[in-house]
Amino acid sequence: MNAGAVLELEGITKRFGALVANDDVTLSLQKGEVLALLGENGAGKTTLMNILFGHYAADAGEVRVEGKPLPSGKPRAAIAAGVGMVHQHFTLAGNLTVLENIVIGSESLWKLGMDREGAERKIRALSVQFGLPVDPAARIGDLSVGERQRVEILKALYRDARILILDEPTAVLARPEAEQLFTILRGMAQGGLSIIFISHKLHEVMGASDRVVVLRGGKVVAERATGQTNAAELAELMVGRAVARPKRAAHEVGAPVVVAEGLSVSSGGGMALDRVRFEVRAGEILGIVGVSGNGQAMLGRVLSGLARPDAGTITFDGRDISRITPREAVGLGIGRVPEDRHAEGVVGDLAVWENAVLERLRDFARWGFVRRRAAEAHAAGLIARFDIRGAGPATRTRLLSGGNMQKLILGRNLAAGPRFLLANQPTRGLDEGAIAAVHQELLMARAEGAAILLISEDLDEAVGLSDRLQAISKGRLSEPIAAEAVDARRLGLMMAGVWETRDAV
Amino acid sequence: MRFERREEVSVSALILAPLGAVLAALVLCAGLIAMAGVSPWTAYAEMLRGAFGSRLAVTETFTRASPLILTGLAAAVAFRARLWNIGGEGQFYMGALAAAALGHSVLIGWPLPLAWAALAAAGMAAGAVLLLVPALLRLRFGVDEVVTTLLLNFIVLLFVGLMVEGVLKDPMAFGWPQSVPVAAGLRLPDLVPRSRLHVGIVLAVVVVLVVWLVQSRTVFGAETRAAGLNPRAAAFAGVPITATLVKVALLSGGLAGLAGAIEVLGPVGYVTTTLSPGFGYAGIVVAMLAALHPLGVVAASVFVATVFVGADAMSRATGVPSFIADVIMAVALLAMLVALLFTTYRVRR
Repeated sequence: MNAGAVLELEGITKRFGALVANDDVTLSLQKGEVLALLGENGAGKTTLMNILFGHYAADAGEVRVEGKPLPSGKPRAAIAAGVGMVHQHFTLAGNLTVLENIVIGSESLWKLGMDREGAERKIRALSVQFGLPVDPAARIGDLSVGERQRVEILKALYRDARILILDEPTAVLARPEAEQLFTILRGMAQGGLSIIFISHKLHEVMGASDRVVVLRGGKVVAERATGQTNAAELAELMVGRAVARPKRAAHEVGAPVVVAEGLSVSSGGGMALDRVRFEVRAGEILGIVGVSGNGQAMLGRVLSGLARPDAGTITFDGRDISRITPREAVGLGIGRVPEDRHAEGVVGDLAVWENAVLERLRDFARWGFVRRRAAEAHAAGLIARFDIRGAGPATRTRLLSGGNMQKLILGRNLAAGPRFLLANQPTRGLDEGAIAAVHQELLMARAEGAAILLISEDLDEAVGLSDRLQAISKGRLSEPIAAEAVDARRLGLMMAGVWETRDAV
Repeated sequence: MRFERREEVSVSALILAPLGAVLAALVLCAGLIAMAGVSPWTAYAEMLRGAFGSRLAVTETFTRASPLILTGLAAAVAFRARLWNIGGEGQFYMGALAAAALGHSVLIGWPLPLAWAALAAAGMAAGAVLLLVPALLRLRFGVDEVVTTLLLNFIVLLFVGLMVEGVLKDPMAFGWPQSVPVAAGLRLPDLVPRSRLHVGIVLAVVVVLVVWLVQSRTVFGAETRAAGLNPRAAAFAGVPITATLVKVALLSGGLAGLAGAIEVLGPVGYVTTTLSPGFGYAGIVVAMLAALHPLGVVAASVFVATVFVGADAMSRATGVPSFIADVIMAVALLAMLVALLFTTYRVRR
């Protein structure tokens, strides 16, 4: 036992079928400490926190809060003991107000009235004390993602949480919002709260934590005081080997393949895309950077054949493709990697082979019957060529990890050697190992002469892969600039919608 | 206690689920039978005897099963694509009306196979059109098809009443509200002499095999499954969602319509407002008990037919009201929903 620890996990083990998600995990949290739980996707971070909070029951091991064991599998007991959890995907009702969302669940079911004034006073006091400004009367549906997260944190504090767990808190935030969040968390720790945050982003862990626990394959592989380690060491501990993202090599760029001119799409009263103009040349990657929600999604939909522009043209080798269907796009040799691989990329309950050929079923059919053997052979080829792990052609696609699912989607697009590839947030939510693999594939496609449009919110990725960059802001695109010419300040301004044209390329 | 999703749903679980559900329903209903003052053993034995105890009983049970196979299949193909067709009953009646109207006089003199093909096609078309309208309303305007298909059943039943009292009324039926009969030469031949069992059941099983083949092997089947499981991903991959669902609606409505046509051409010969003892609704139970699998539909139809035919005999022998059949059906459906939950989720403590 550890003196002064507010929270201890001892020997936690959890299995899902054959998979050991947590293997004898032991860790402790001191009062007033910010502890980072670092690990790749699938390392068992979220499972561990769900056990701590009582969403899952551990197969073995014990959770103690301030020395007292917590009954397993009971979220209410965890709340009563002062543990609060902020999930990666928020659990708020969009049609209710901030106040109602915070109070829900802590009021007795049998009381007729609700002490609104008392609740509001307490929320206001908390939001002043911890620097979490939010209007209790606002409707959740009207709030930004950052504000919603504040409501989630307030919800935990309202229930008198002394231990706060945040699951990938920055996954949905832009960088300034993320920095603001960590400042708030620091202040809370100084105020006596103890905090655990889950992350796979090294710079966050280095910048915001006191101590780091690294999880790999369900086990604790290392524990470091943040001041005594560095990002390189943590990366190696997390992945288990040294990983480096591949570098872009200089080479000759060809003629324009895809050219968009004056592309406009209106949506919900505003302009999702406003007179957008870009061209992607053979053998180059054009990066579109921007804060989420500035028109990237619509640009992806239009280029995928799912939405029609109101004005403007897109040509592909001189042919107008602004009104094609997804099937026509596939037929023309346009590869498309969707923004959300679970919602749009694959049908999770179908087998890997079915997803591998879903876009070109008719190429794998004779007289309307699917040639299953040919399709399975094709899928096996993709699995081998793109190093898709943990799967055979008959595996249910849902069981693949995010990285392997993305390799499957990339593979089915790249197998045919596309002339143009749309890669929309290709590495969102992936771990370092998988990111390196995806980058490698994109760069190989570029070397083979594909024109690639990369839409990304990850600036390191966009700058590292792209030959030229354009920023998107409120549906408008900046003039392109060469990747060599950017610096962090200029890119930041461009993403805020401030750009000049002096060195457009 | 909480639920965790299973990584894989095993085939044996999918076979055990309906058996468990049926068993649970029989056990629960045994309590009700006991409350009626009859030993459940006696009652269930009478039920089995009533369904399979004699040549007549067996033929009656399979006569009852044949339309159920088709209405069950209609529900299964629609549900698989997440098109909630609750209107099998109405589609059944439309198919029946079409067959009676054309079979009475229009097709007389046609070569027999051609006439039968035309009658089947007419029944299917009538059922298909009835489902097409709700399907298009859903695809175009987002109107909930559960509501529209369900309510159309009542409208169709009133329409049938209008027809059998009016345009299609049989003048030779001493004023009874029934439609003109199908010409004797166009009736489907009996399978077993001196019984009501006719070739319809063979036809139904053939249709099941064809649908199974289409669903599991063809491009259309694969696209339907993708569209049902994840419409957004299917659309992204180029599956035309609207066209696929329209085809599914035509198939589903067509199958229920075919059931109605065969019932008229086979054992009954004319249409009344009581032609169907709830074949459309029972088809939903059949589809669920079959876990939406075409082959399962055949087994589930035989079970449902056994309960209904057996319950009548049991009721005569023991005095337990034959409504117990409806109770068994309803409980089996609920038990099946619970059982399906356990095939996809496991309980953890």
